[in-house]
Amino acid sequence: MGFRETVRVALRAIRRNKVRSALTMLGVIIGVASVIAMIALGSGARAAIDEQIQSQGTALIYLSSGSMGGPGRAHQGSGSVQTLTTEDANAIAREIPTIGAWTPGVRGRAQLIAGNANWNTQVEGGNEDYLRVRNWTLAEGENFTARDVLVAEKVCLLGATVAKTLFPDQDPVGQVIRLKNMPFRVLGVLGEKGQGQWGQDQDDFLVAPWTTIQKKLLGITYLHQVSYTARTSELVEPTAVAITRLMRSRHRISNPENDDFTVRTVEEMAATRVQMAETMTGLLMSVASVSLLVGGIGIMNIMLVSVTERTREIGVRLAVGAKASDILRQFLAEAVALSLVGGLAGILLGVSVSELITKSLGWPVLITSASIAVAFAFSAAVGVFFGWYPARKAANLDPIDALRYE
Amino acid sequence: MPEPLLRFVDLKKSYPLGDMTVHALRGVSLDIEAGAFFAIVGASGSGKSTLMNILGLLDRPTSGSYYLEGQDVSGFDRDRRAELRNRKIGFVFQNFSLLPRTTALENVELPLLYNGRGRTPRQRHEQALKLLRAVGLGERADHKPNQLSGGQQQRVAIARALVNEPELILADEPTGNLDSRTSIEIMEILQRLNRDDGITIILITHEHDIAEYATRVVTVRDGRVLSDVPVTSRRDAARELAALPAEQTE
Repeated sequence: MGFRETVRVALRAIRRNKVRSALTMLGVIIGVASVIAMIALGSGARAAIDEQIQSQGTALIYLSSGSMGGPGRAHQGSGSVQTLTTEDANAIAREIPTIGAWTPGVRGRAQLIAGNANWNTQVEGGNEDYLRVRNWTLAEGENFTARDVLVAEKVCLLGATVAKTLFPDQDPVGQVIRLKNMPFRVLGVLGEKGQGQWGQDQDDFLVAPWTTIQKKLLGITYLHQVSYTARTSELVEPTAVAITRLMRSRHRISNPENDDFTVRTVEEMAATRVQMAETMTGLLMSVASVSLLVGGIGIMNIMLVSVTERTREIGVRLAVGAKASDILRQFLAEAVALSLVGGLAGILLGVSVSELITKSLGWPVLITSASIAVAFAFSAAVGVFFGWYPARKAANLDPIDALRYE
Repeated sequence: MPEPLLRFVDLKKSYPLGDMTVHALRGVSLDIEAGAFFAIVGASGSGKSTLMNILGLLDRPTSGSYYLEGQDVSGFDRDRRAELRNRKIGFVFQNFSLLPRTTALENVELPLLYNGRGRTPRQRHEQALKLLRAVGLGERADHKPNQLSGGQQQRVAIARALVNEPELILADEPTGNLDSRTSIEIMEILQRLNRDDGITIILITHEHDIAEYATRVVTVRDGRVLSDVPVTSRRDAARELAALPAEQTE
C-alpha cells in the first residue's frame, strides 16, 4: 500500500472514533504542551539573565567585604565586616594596570522626603564614574563631578522610580529632597532599566557621592563594596585573580579560608543563575516527559484495543493480499497519526500556556522554533515507539484465525 | 494434456490440539483444470475447510505438494502467498467479509491497494466501478454494507474477488447466509463468470443441490477424497431465475 493510501486509511480510522481518539491524544497533548511551556520558561529565564548581564556591564568585578567563609567559621554575609578600606580600593586601582573605570561603594536605606511626598529607598554611594562602571545612563540633568565627591557635596541622582514617586508632575532636576533631615540637590534622573532577574525594581534607588553617604548619612569609615571594570572582557578573570592576590597580601591572609573579602565577576554570578534556571527547567522537563510517556502508554493501550476490535478487518485485508508489512505500516501510521495530531494540538496549547504565564505571572518566556521541532519529533517518536507493539501484533495475526474471529 | 491450473499431490495437514494431533487431511490428490467449475462437498469436520484454506493459500500443507500453474507453492512464505492470493485468487465468503463502515466501491478497491501495479486512485475507482456495474450494483457504489441486503453484500464481495482479474474464484459457502432466490442469483453470477470469462470456480459447500450448479463434484470425508464425479444433470441458474415469478423488491 502506498504512502498516501496508508495516511488516508490511518486518518479515517482516527476520525471514525472521534471521542476515543481525542481522549487518547489528551495524554500526548498535555505532555507536549508542558514540554513546550517548560522549554519556553527555561529559554526565557536564560534570555533575561543574558540581558541582565548586558545591562550591568560584562567586564564588571565586585570586591565586597566579608566572605562566605570556610567550615568551622561563622559565615559573614558580604559587606558585613569593616575591613575594606578606601586605601585598599585605591591601592588596587593604582597597582593593577588592567583595571579601567572603578568606583567605591557604600549603601544603606533611607527615608526620602520631597514636599509632602516621602519614599523609603536604597541609597548608593559612588564616585563620578559610578554611572559608567554600572552601565547607567542619564535621562536628564547631569552627573556629579569629582569635585562633588572630594568635598562630599550633598547632591544626588534619582532612579526613575524614585523620580516618578517623589515628583509625579514636576521636573525633579534642581529640586531639593531631604535625607535624614539633610537637604540634597537633585542633579539628574537615571534612564530606566526595569525589572531585574528576581523581579526587583532596579530603578528604585538613589546615587550620591560616596563620601557624602559614608560620612554624613551612614557615619562609617569603611567601604561595603568596590566595583572595578577590566579594560576588556578577556581581562576579567586575570584581573579578578590579581585583585584577590593583592587583597590577601594587604590584609596578610595566607589561608584563603580566612578571606575577609569576596571577589565576584558578573559572569560568574550569571553562570550561577543560569545553572539554577537550568536545574529548575530540567526538573520541570522531567515531569513533562513523564506525562508524555503516560500519553504514549495511552496510545499503546487504545491501539491494542483497536487491533482486537478489527481482527476481522485484518483477516479480510490479509485474505485479499495484504502483506504483514502492509498491516504493520497501517497500524503504525495510525499510532503515529494519533501522536502527531496530539503533538500539534499540544504545541498550540503549550504556546498559549506560555503566553498566559507571561501575561499573568510576568515571567519571561521564549518560544523557539527549535523547541517546537523537538516537541514535534518527540511526539512522532512516541507514536512509533508505543505503536510498534500493537502494530506487530496485528501484522502477525494468522489470516484464517483473523477471518474466523467473532 | 495441458497443465492443470491446480494440482494437489498427496496433501496432508495435521495440527496439534491439546495433547492430540488432529489429522485434517490424510492425503488428497486432485487436479483442477483451468476453466472448470468445481464443487467440493463435505460435512463439517470432513477436512473441507482445511482443504479450502490450503487451496486459497491461506495455509500451508504439512506435507505434499501444491502446484499452481505448474509452480510448487506449498513452501511459499507468508508474503509470497499474500502476493499470489492478491493476483490469482478471488475470495467469496459465507459471511461476505466486507469492511464495515466502508463504501461498496472502497471495498471492491481493497485488493488493488495491495498490489504494486501502480494504478492511480482514479484508475482504481474506474476498475472497481466497472465490476460493481457488472454485478448490477453500479447505483449503490457509495452504500455501506449495513445499507445493503445480504444478496447485495455478496455481490459486492464477488466484485471485490474479480477486481484483480484472477484465474480462480474460491467461494466458501457463498449462499450459506442467503435465501433460496438470492442463492440462485449468486450462482447465476458465478456460472456466468465461468462460462463467459473462463474463470475457474471452486465452490465449497455442504448443500448437494448447490453443488449441482458445478460441472464436477468432489466429495471429501475424513480428510480424503471420497468421490470425484462429473455432474450429470447440471442446474442452470439463469433459466431457473427466468422461471421464478418476478419480484418487486431489490
